[in-house]
Amino acid sequence: MDVATTMPAEAGSAREKMAPPSRFGDKAFEWLTLGMALVVILLVFLIGWQLARGSTLAIQKFGFHFLTTSTWDPVAEQFGALPFIYGTVVSSLIALLIAVPLSIATAVYLTELAPLWIRQPVVSLVEMLAAIPSVILGLWGIFVMIPWLRDYPFPALKKIFGWTPFFTGPIYGTSMLAGGIIIAIMILPIITSVSREILRSVPNLQREAAYALGATRWEVTRIAVLSYARKGLFGAMILGLGRALGETMAVTMVIGNTPQIAASLFKPGYTLASVIANEFTEATTDIYLQALFEIGLVLFGVTILVNLLAQLLLKTMKSSLTTRAVQ
Amino acid sequence: MKSKRRDNHRWRKFKSALVSFGAFAAGVLVITPLGLVFLYLLAHGASAINWDFFTQLPGPVGAPGGGMVNAIMGSLELVGIASLIGIPIGVLGGVYLAEYGTARGNLMLRFVADVLNGVPSITWGVVVYGLVVLRFKGFSAYAGGLALGLIMIPLILRTTEEVILLVPNGYREASLALGIARWKTIVHVVMKTASKGIITGILLALARIGGETAPLLFTAFGNRFWNHDLSQPIAALPLQIFTYAISPYDDWHRQAWAGALVLVTGIFCINVLVRFLTRERARPAV
Repeated sequence: MDVATTMPAEAGSAREKMAPPSRFGDKAFEWLTLGMALVVILLVFLIGWQLARGSTLAIQKFGFHFLTTSTWDPVAEQFGALPFIYGTVVSSLIALLIAVPLSIATAVYLTELAPLWIRQPVVSLVEMLAAIPSVILGLWGIFVMIPWLRDYPFPALKKIFGWTPFFTGPIYGTSMLAGGIIIAIMILPIITSVSREILRSVPNLQREAAYALGATRWEVTRIAVLSYARKGLFGAMILGLGRALGETMAVTMVIGNTPQIAASLFKPGYTLASVIANEFTEATTDIYLQALFEIGLVLFGVTILVNLLAQLLLKTMKSSLTTRAVQ
Repeated sequence: MKSKRRDNHRWRKFKSALVSFGAFAAGVLVITPLGLVFLYLLAHGASAINWDFFTQLPGPVGAPGGGMVNAIMGSLELVGIASLIGIPIGVLGGVYLAEYGTARGNLMLRFVADVLNGVPSITWGVVVYGLVVLRFKGFSAYAGGLALGLIMIPLILRTTEEVILLVPNGYREASLALGIARWKTIVHVVMKTASKGIITGILLALARIGGETAPLLFTAFGNRFWNHDLSQPIAALPLQIFTYAISPYDDWHRQAWAGALVLVTGIFCINVLVRFLTRERARPAV
């Protein structure tokens, strides 16, 4: 704001006394904050560059086979990431299968169906669930969830679905299924709160119109709210998927950490994040470390893509909401 | 005809009630793990917490007794280092997004920050390992603090931006009309008005990184003794919990529960503080 130039000429003497405001402070502050904001972009490139640099040798040596072979033998220096990719995908899918219906139903309950006095306390509880560190959930998983799963739900599943290839074989407790369940618990809060935000942003006119046609509460939710918010809810799901793929500590503690590809969900598995967590400090040879860096690169690439998709869905949902509201 | 219509209506009402009940049940299922985790933390953790836990170093492998005082202090030190990196960058970057820049450029920055928030925390560990640990040939408290600090940046940036945008424009205009420079307006008027919200965002970020384990595994590395040199490996509470949880000793399992109880108590204290700070509105949606 250039005060000096807009002052009337009569105030000459006063003007002399007042030093013209220096623009230096403004410019410096703007550049400073800009620099800090740009750090975010720098960080993305830094991660990509560092991971790529750390794995050049492995990429050269194994090429594309790294992603399609399943031998993981540090002694023979043969590295294939397929079992980890498989484990990550399967455990995340199990997690989504459990978490998505539960969280979206909870979000619907909290925005559309629940009595008003119940909403805020439940929202707070969900936020508290989100605050539990992964390692503590893992601790609980090892000593409470796994023994319980082994004794009750797993034998029951085996009895009912034992004829399918997914629930066969001995039950150890630590398993792909346990990993999926613990990831589901980890991603419940984020899917719930993002879905809730999405549902809350649906204009009330939508609901009123449906009520005016004589719809029941559920019909209003289904016709006016859910179909309207479909895209955003899908975005919330993909966001949950991004978190599920990168979840590390809790999964590492319950999934069994065995690099194998097995149809049975009772068998132990291994994920990309867990193998880094477990073997990184044990990597004695260069190529071993490089292979682990490459796994990090794969994980980073996939989560970036998934998160990009999620943010795009959520952003377009929001912008379409504002334009429609204007109309 | 009329009774048929009424039947249909009754069926629709019934279906609505059924779905409501189903959604209620889902809500209960979502919250159940929280209750169970708490229950077991109290049951297993409370009995293992004693004076030694807060004053003693870990005992020799397998021997009963000992505490985690070094891990508690180590976690505080790591969070301190992380704050030195994460808070200034996050807050000032957030100021830029809210106060300067073009709409299009800021949209992109915001987008990148949101994507960065979704990067798995273990990735940060690997990156800092390559950047710091390999270069300086050793695990260190600095490396661990840096990894945590980098995680804080996008978190704080977004919450700061949101609360600064909530400051009414009249405040800025009034200050500028008094001839106060723009940057002074931002620092003394806008940021001061939004300070509660900014602090809330910082606290939430601290609560988040305080429990992070994955990025510390091969940066801070852990340490069974006191560390007085930040360029050496340092213990951290979440790391210690992890090490003890996967160990074969019963006494270590007890200690892990105790550590978990302490960690969760700390994190929830921060969350309660946040709730207290934001009793009115204007809380950033995280």
